[in-house]
Amino acid sequence: MSAWLGRHLQALLSAAGRFARAPFSTAFTVLVIAVALTLPAGLGLLVGSVRAASGNFANAVEVTVYFKRGTSLDAVGKHAQEAAAQPGIQSTRVVPADEALETFRRDSGFGDALGSMTENPLPHVLVVQPSADARRAVDIDALKQRLSGWKDAEIVQVDADWIQRLNAILDLLRRVLLGTAALLGLGVVAVIGNTVRLEILNRRAEIEITKLVGGSNAFVRRPFLYTGVLYGALGAALASVLVLGACYLLAAPVAVLAQSYGSEFRIASPTLPQLAGMLALGAALGWIGAFLSATRHLARIEPSA
Amino acid sequence: MIRFEHVGKRYPNGRTALADVGFEIGPGEMVFLTGRSGAGKSTILHLAALLERPSQGTVTVNGRDTSRLSARQVPAFRRQLGMVFQNHLLLPDRSVYDNIALPLVVAHASTRDIDKRVRTALELVGLADQAGALPTELSVGEQQRVGIARAVVGRPPLLVADEPTGNLDPQLSRDVMKVFRRFSEAGVTVLVATHDLALVRESGQRVIHIAEGRVTVPDAAAAGDIA
Repeated sequence: MSAWLGRHLQALLSAAGRFARAPFSTAFTVLVIAVALTLPAGLGLLVGSVRAASGNFANAVEVTVYFKRGTSLDAVGKHAQEAAAQPGIQSTRVVPADEALETFRRDSGFGDALGSMTENPLPHVLVVQPSADARRAVDIDALKQRLSGWKDAEIVQVDADWIQRLNAILDLLRRVLLGTAALLGLGVVAVIGNTVRLEILNRRAEIEITKLVGGSNAFVRRPFLYTGVLYGALGAALASVLVLGACYLLAAPVAVLAQSYGSEFRIASPTLPQLAGMLALGAALGWIGAFLSATRHLARIEPSA
Repeated sequence: MIRFEHVGKRYPNGRTALADVGFEIGPGEMVFLTGRSGAGKSTILHLAALLERPSQGTVTVNGRDTSRLSARQVPAFRRQLGMVFQNHLLLPDRSVYDNIALPLVVAHASTRDIDKRVRTALELVGLADQAGALPTELSVGEQQRVGIARAVVGRPPLLVADEPTGNLDPQLSRDVMKVFRRFSEAGVTVLVATHDLALVRESGQRVIHIAEGRVTVPDAAAAGDIA
């Protein structure tokens, strides 16, 4: 076991030593990887921040059903129970016509004028609040269609349409972010794979001799895997520093801008688990790039003596 | 230990390196492979070490038909034989010690075992005081001895050497042959391809003579031809 660990440590130190012997080319490769990782990481933080900021508003998404005049309160109550039993519904609330009129009278400033009315012109109302996982535009539309199907319903109105649009935009951004991250991740894999390929070509003689004395492909591949992991981890570490730096530089101006709109919006800095995740992701991408490249190219190198 | 049966080797460019070669070398034997340049000596060694595969016939080494070995099995097979080359094939940026240790490292030997065996091999070839030197700091003869030490450090049952004395003066060549004889006496099968007929005569060992891709002269006659 200790011999096995020793071999891995030796391979790791050997890879690190090669980095130290070629600092400029190593730095440029790490920089390319860092830039490729910074873009999706930064975009991810931004989307996360906006999503968190809009989270409170999202709760305000409600569907209001205005019933036809003459619909009894009992019938509205039954509709409320029916709606509450459906999936994707967080809560329902019945607002009787009398209560609505009283509220209107109290809050509108038209109390005296309303006093002269002999009949309550307001209908009974049912307010339906969808659950958190059913607030996408498509879900809300489906709910609206269902509620509109009630024969007692006069008007079904979706409140806070703009929240839905924001959620739709955020959803779109999230998908764009995932696509961008996947493409840039592929880029990182390709960059590291190509770097490892060049190193394999440079060390061809050494590889041939190692195979000549019985070194397996797995043995020869090991230091190149560590090279890939180190490139990925260093790139991710630099990307973390760049993201933290950007957060630090942008925090104050964004806060001032948000405040001018009466908002408490803040850009969230990456958390420690997020930074650790990025480091692990960078290392994993490095390993994949190195593995693909080394497996492909080492199999083609055989000792010729 | 080594058996060639109707072995032929033809390259894609149409050149025939071996036409129909057959011979057998027993355990502990030391045999010289002689012939002119291009006769097919190196090809025979390459086939024995699985650096190449035959176009026809069967090559059996250490009791294993090499044609049945998969690519995955080749590294383990190569660990069972030591190889010495005229151009040494040493790693120039590694110390003498690390070069000799390489076959043990790839075989996942323990650090203590590696140290013990490398020191023994260094003593054997008379380079105990050069362990930390780089190959480029050594003479050609010393580099050849490093190559020999690397070939035998894993205690392989078979040692193949391709022109091991090609760059050495007569005295160093004799020293190298002495080392090979010692291995042979210890039970290691040794197959040496060489141009150095004087050395072959001096050794009195069995000779396989190759010409135009065939074993053309019986062993005894080959000795007479050389003489």
